[in-house]
Amino acid sequence: MITVKNLYKQFGKLEVLKDISCNIEKGEVVVVIGPSGSGKSTLLRCINMLEVPTSGDVIVEGIKINEKGVNINKLRQKMGMVFQHFNLFPHLSVLDNITLAPKKVRKIDDKQAMSEALELLDRVGLLDKKDAYPAQLSGGQKQRIAIARALAMKPDIMLFDEPTSALDPEMVKEVLNVIQDLVKEGMTMMIVTHEMGFAREAADRIMFMDEGRIIEQGIPDAIFSNPQNERTKSFLSKIL
Amino acid sequence: MVSKVKLDFSIIPRFIPMLLDGVRMTILLTLMAVGIGVVLGLVAALMKMSKFKLLRFIASAYIEIIRGTPLMIQLYLVYFGMPQLIGFIIPDAIASVCALGFNSGAYVSEIIRAGIMSVDRGQTEAAYSLGMNSNMTMRYIIIPQAVKNILPALVNEFITLIKESSVVSVIGLTELTRKANMITSVTFRAFEPLIVVAFLYFILTFTLSKFMGGFERRLRKSDYR
Repeated sequence: MITVKNLYKQFGKLEVLKDISCNIEKGEVVVVIGPSGSGKSTLLRCINMLEVPTSGDVIVEGIKINEKGVNINKLRQKMGMVFQHFNLFPHLSVLDNITLAPKKVRKIDDKQAMSEALELLDRVGLLDKKDAYPAQLSGGQKQRIAIARALAMKPDIMLFDEPTSALDPEMVKEVLNVIQDLVKEGMTMMIVTHEMGFAREAADRIMFMDEGRIIEQGIPDAIFSNPQNERTKSFLSKIL
Repeated sequence: MVSKVKLDFSIIPRFIPMLLDGVRMTILLTLMAVGIGVVLGLVAALMKMSKFKLLRFIASAYIEIIRGTPLMIQLYLVYFGMPQLIGFIIPDAIASVCALGFNSGAYVSEIIRAGIMSVDRGQTEAAYSLGMNSNMTMRYIIIPQAVKNILPALVNEFITLIKESSVVSVIGLTELTRKANMITSVTFRAFEPLIVVAFLYFILTFTLSKFMGGFERRLRKSDYR
């Protein structure tokens, strides 16, 4: 479903991604781990072109997206993204946060958008907050709304950029539970996280990155119990 | 040698209709100038944020030149200079509104640009990630949030312009300041009309800034609703 080929990304002189190639199959849950500054978030952001790759290809559902003339807005509709800092729209109510893009981009009518939004709110357990504004919500609630907002576009794949890193510890679980539900439904996902327990439980495949390269990847048991690479070993020994 | 005369405000009342006329003219002039300023400012701000270098250059040149030269020279250029180029006289009211509006546009564009830039980058990214194009993002996400920062600064610009507009009295437009000069020329007294006119300006600006204070408090409140 997503293929990355020989991807390089530079910010000025700093080379953040070096020759990244990887594949994500439909229905697969890939969790990306690694030390901070290893390029995990940048890789995720290159996949929906929030960062433009310096060179290399990103191919989504058969279309090379980092090419001139490609309608990137159209492609982004199929890729939901959840940010570390939620990025809810503060001037809109919870309901409007969720219905805005479906109404304007998918062009569905108000009634349809509303009923879909209520269904999503029910799914993330926040139906009672539908008329609240983002500033009235806790971090965990904001992130669950952000997930509902992304799902409202009916994406084929969900990208999570450290979805729990900005949360107080007691709120991490409520967000992970929502993501776990998506895993059960078979959603294709790429998740950057530091929650190793969650990674082990939810992932079909773990991808370990360091210094802009994918160092090692494999099923969670293999990576966590029997890492092959020295850098993977040292990273895991520091955090587990 | 100037002969000293005691202050005598009793000369003022008969000029009150004339002064109020001046107040009306000043307000009208400022409103029209701000109107032009907002339109020009919006265009200049968008041009300055454009991806085309030429548009950015034109906008920057406009903003820098206007902000770096005296308003009175700009007014003279429009009123005395332009007729030389276009071959007919520009009425003082039109020259005044144009000069003030053109001047205000430069300042307003920086206000608008700052307001737009102050909206967090994450807002744009979130909108893009939902498949919105840049126009939709501007319209539904950025502008509504930027307005909160822009409006108070615009009221401020309006207040500044009320005071600055007194400069057009030099080309004879009968706004508030010019009325003071006219009263002086009839009564041979300068202090009394000038004080009264200063007081009228103060009432205008003070009322507006008080109004803006309340308005800003209301805007801020909505951040925590």
